[in-house]
Amino acid sequence: MLNTAPLYVGADVGASRTKVAILDASKTLVGYAVLKSGTDFTATARQCLMQSLQMAGALESAVANAVSTGYGRHNVDFARDSRTEIGCHGGGCYHYFPVAISIIDIGGQDNKVIKLDEAGRRISFKMNRKCAAGTGAFLEEMSARLDIPLEGMNDLAAQSTDMVKLGSFCTVFSATEVLENIRHGKKIEDIVKGVFFSVIRRVLEMDSLSQNVVMTGGVVAHNPHLVQMMEELIGRPIRVPEKPQLTGAIGAALYAMNAADERD
Amino acid sequence: MPEEKKVVRKKIAAAADLNNFMRDYYLELDAAAQKGAPKIAWCTSVGPAEILRAFGFQVYFPETHSAMLGATRMATEFIPEANAIGYSPDICSYLTADIGAFLKGVTPLEKAFNIKSVPKPDVLVFNTNQCRDVQDWFNWYGEKFDAPVLGVHTYRGVSEVTEKHIYSIAKQLEALVPPLEKITGRKFKLDDLKRAVALSRECSELWKKILDTASAKPAPLTFFDGTTLMGPAVVGRGTQKAVDVYKILLAELEDRIKKGEGAIENEKFRIYWDGMPVWGRLSTHSQLFAALNANVLASTYCNSWIFSALDPQDPFNSMARAYTELFIVRADEAKETYIKNMLAFFKVDGIIYHDAKTCPNNSNCRYGMPQRLEKQTGIPSLTINGDLNDLRMISDEQTKTNVEAFIEQLQERRHA
Ligand code: SF4
Repeated sequence: MLNTAPLYVGADVGASRTKVAILDASKTLVGYAVLKSGTDFTATARQCLMQSLQMAGALESAVANAVSTGYGRHNVDFARDSRTEIGCHGGGCYHYFPVAISIIDIGGQDNKVIKLDEAGRRISFKMNRKCAAGTGAFLEEMSARLDIPLEGMNDLAAQSTDMVKLGSFCTVFSATEVLENIRHGKKIEDIVKGVFFSVIRRVLEMDSLSQNVVMTGGVVAHNPHLVQMMEELIGRPIRVPEKPQLTGAIGAALYAMNAADERD
Repeated sequence: MPEEKKVVRKKIAAAADLNNFMRDYYLELDAAAQKGAPKIAWCTSVGPAEILRAFGFQVYFPETHSAMLGATRMATEFIPEANAIGYSPDICSYLTADIGAFLKGVTPLEKAFNIKSVPKPDVLVFNTNQCRDVQDWFNWYGEKFDAPVLGVHTYRGVSEVTEKHIYSIAKQLEALVPPLEKITGRKFKLDDLKRAVALSRECSELWKKILDTASAKPAPLTFFDGTTLMGPAVVGRGTQKAVDVYKILLAELEDRIKKGEGAIENEKFRIYWDGMPVWGRLSTHSQLFAALNANVLASTYCNSWIFSALDPQDPFNSMARAYTELFIVRADEAKETYIKNMLAFFKVDGIIYHDAKTCPNNSNCRYGMPQRLEKQTGIPSLTINGDLNDLRMISDEQTKTNVEAFIEQLQERRHA
């Protein structure tokens, strides 16, 4: 049966992945898609929309409103408005965890720490500086240096018994450190765990965290062990939404819904 | 498709007079350099210019020259030249851009005013009140031109300016007199200094009034305007011409206030900027904020050329006080009180701190100040990473997202 209810679309065009989420009027996620952003953001976003609509069993005409976010937010031809990813990640996370939260988002090219109060209002936000330290790009570089697939890193890190500590901020210097550790016969899993630890340290340097911590982003979606390590380090449980990679897109869809409500 | 908004801003008419002022200033300097008279002194931007004026020097300010390199986006090309001779990419990019351009025999003055090179100094005079880099910078040129380098060494991180500070700096200022007499072959006349200090004070008062017009709602000028309008306050203090041109500008801004004309079309958010401008991005940043209905209307930076302590009746002591009371010389507690007063006076909604990679001296966000001030005032802040001149340190996309998200945050607060 065709889904004809008014649908709300959020498109999060990140530097690395494009995510589209569709919510129905009851704020239920009815369709979504994730694709590599590539070089033609407009085409990728549209492709994601089509896949999501298919999943939702709906036609484009059922879309009441669409909002874009992320690095390529101005390249989404079906979006009527755009919001920053800071606002959208905040809104998306608060939707699932409506309490005062600190959100840690680890994306392909940047990290964010966003703090919301109990009413979901943003108190502050921080983005990483312009370098790759602590981001998905850092993990990609390290997986290439270690000659292991990116998808395999999580399981390797989980097997580690004697983590190697990497000292440097810099991705290139860290790569040198990794090579040095390989030369000294360190186990790959211990090095990978060290790489994860480096990501965590870079994130924790960005801001202090409030009591309730939520983690999101593609890196978190694919590497649950990173969340476990973070929990051990900060000494309290961390909440992760069911689809951590989609929170930005879901936040954008929520904006689309609110804007449509305001128009009515 | 969500379009990026383009904004057209109404120009300040007096900007043309200010441009003429700057052109004449550089042409006079060049003429003096060609003729060998009057003599030329190089001075730091908050250095003892009045003493140099009293001796009849044409005064040249390398920082303004380097800001031109930045604004014309030439700086990044020359910084590596200075890096290669041992001046690190981590130190002042005014210094590295300026020395780099000199090494390549290039100056932005050529395109702007058909001036082939910076004027050769007869003396270089610095004050370390702003940083140590100016001393290194002037020493390099001193050696290049075989010209004497004189300096005033100021205390830094000063909480309260005391008589001891004033005494020591005033003595150092007085000690400049004998070598300057020797260089110029001219006897020092106290009356000449008093006149220069009086003019400098008048210029400073006018500049303050100009900047204070931004307390009006809507504000008739922006920080980005201020960074180019401040030329006379830096290079012209101690001269009648600077006073004259500022009178024209002030009248125009006061008229804008009377008519309720804002510098941006729809001023919804009033922003304070702490730190240096990103010279190569003035118009980009001006557009970015204006499109978000946010006016960056006041700054620590532009206000740094206000010297209210100057007193022609007591020139040396009052110069010592004026150049030590400066924001950049002070400890964080004094800086925080200053910023709090500015936030209240200009009715500010949010603060942007520019963390300039190569100028720790003007980057006030590195020792917890944003967090302390936010706690005390409740006014949110954002830190952006960048640099004054070195565009290699800048991510435009990051800046844009940060600024947009910050204005979103202010908007949400208002609607809450
Ligand atoms: S204060 Fe900063 S920008 Fe100015 S000369 Fe010193 S280091 Fe350079």
